[in-house]
Amino acid sequence: MNYYSNADLGGQEGHGPVRQEQDEPLFHAPWESRVLALCVAMGATGLWNIDTSRAARETLPDYRKLSYYQIWLAALEKLLVQSGAVQAEEITQGRSVHAALPTRGVLHAQEVAAVLARGTPTARQSNSPARYARGQWVHTRAEVPQHHTRLPGYARGKRGVIERVHGPHVFADAHARGLGEQAQWLYTVAFDEQELWGGNRSAQQSRVSVDVWESYLEPA
Amino acid sequence: MRGADHTHDHDHEHEHDHEHGHGHVGSTLSPLELRVRALETVLTQKGYIDPAALDVLIDTYQTQIGPRNGAQVVARAWSDVEFRRWLLEDATAAIASLGFSGRQGEHMVAVENTPQLHNMVVCTLCSCYPLPILGLPPIWYKSAPYRARAVRDPRGVLKDFGVELPDSTRIRVWDSTAEVRYLVLPQRPAGSEHLSARQLAELVTRDSMIGTGVALRPGSAGATRASP
Repeated sequence: MNYYSNADLGGQEGHGPVRQEQDEPLFHAPWESRVLALCVAMGATGLWNIDTSRAARETLPDYRKLSYYQIWLAALEKLLVQSGAVQAEEITQGRSVHAALPTRGVLHAQEVAAVLARGTPTARQSNSPARYARGQWVHTRAEVPQHHTRLPGYARGKRGVIERVHGPHVFADAHARGLGEQAQWLYTVAFDEQELWGGNRSAQQSRVSVDVWESYLEPA
Repeated sequence: MRGADHTHDHDHEHEHDHEHGHGHVGSTLSPLELRVRALETVLTQKGYIDPAALDVLIDTYQTQIGPRNGAQVVARAWSDVEFRRWLLEDATAAIASLGFSGRQGEHMVAVENTPQLHNMVVCTLCSCYPLPILGLPPIWYKSAPYRARAVRDPRGVLKDFGVELPDSTRIRVWDSTAEVRYLVLPQRPAGSEHLSARQLAELVTRDSMIGTGVALRPGSAGATRASP
């Protein structure tokens, strides 16, 4: 089965101007805030992780037709059913019929502040040295992985330079698939605009960087 | 993405009487409101969530966490050379020293605007955003036009925001594709030398910390009210 992300929008033409909303409210309906809170609270159960969530969202077939929190809601329902935490008919009926799965824990009101302040750091210790150093030229891999990944399409198969070495981080591609953390060195790689988009716009030089794991890269 | 905006407006129209639902859930609630309530009921019955925690989470994002946090960080960096140095070297620690840390700000990097270089932050793959210092992202940040164009035509996007930079200013776009979150340290506006840190913070807009805006000038229209 082909994996396709509907969320990989960088560089796409035809989306028109960026439109700002005057006096934008934080939420446009009460259910939106509820969905946000449900997603954060369910994160504390450990039934899935942030990378699984992103994979669930970006593969929603109607991703581009849904509003932001509709995407969150649809992906939450999908994750619940996928993980076996809730059966589809329980969602339809709005009541629990089957036994719950064991979880890592439940987020209680008095713990919210501490849990938010702690977050979920992804930096890890590693004994293996970084393969690349600041200033080194690299190529990003050109092939399209058949799973969740964090190398945007526009930055595939491009030549760039290592600008920052962030240390080992949980590897999103593996983590999203339930294969454990498999931490890898993470780098900021910067590209000239000509490399990404072609043309010669040196008068208005801009550069773009992405944060990428070591296995996305090859020496240039 | 027009579609998404449209859907959004559509939902909005149906949400005006949301407070009626406690006794007679049904006719006055939108299908989405009902769907979310049903889901919350199932998850509560199963013991996965504590509904009181949801209330605290929502209140936290509505009242505790927002761009005023980031404005404090920027104002401090403008007025304290040592703090600025620390922020640019180890943003996570420097920002945490002011009390801001955690979810979606676990690994922070601050990037400094200068007359020669303008930084701008995007997440083309989803909506990654430094929540502890900026709060929840605005709709435009999550929208397809911004995510698509910020990397390809940053100068055009800046024009959409009314920002025109000299041609000699290079633009640097940071696509936050992993768990590192970026804070733009905007240029300190001219004429702000005499201001206190508190007054400086009022010049720091949310957009100036994303890189789609610049800091307000002292005495300008926006500088007297809380900026977005």
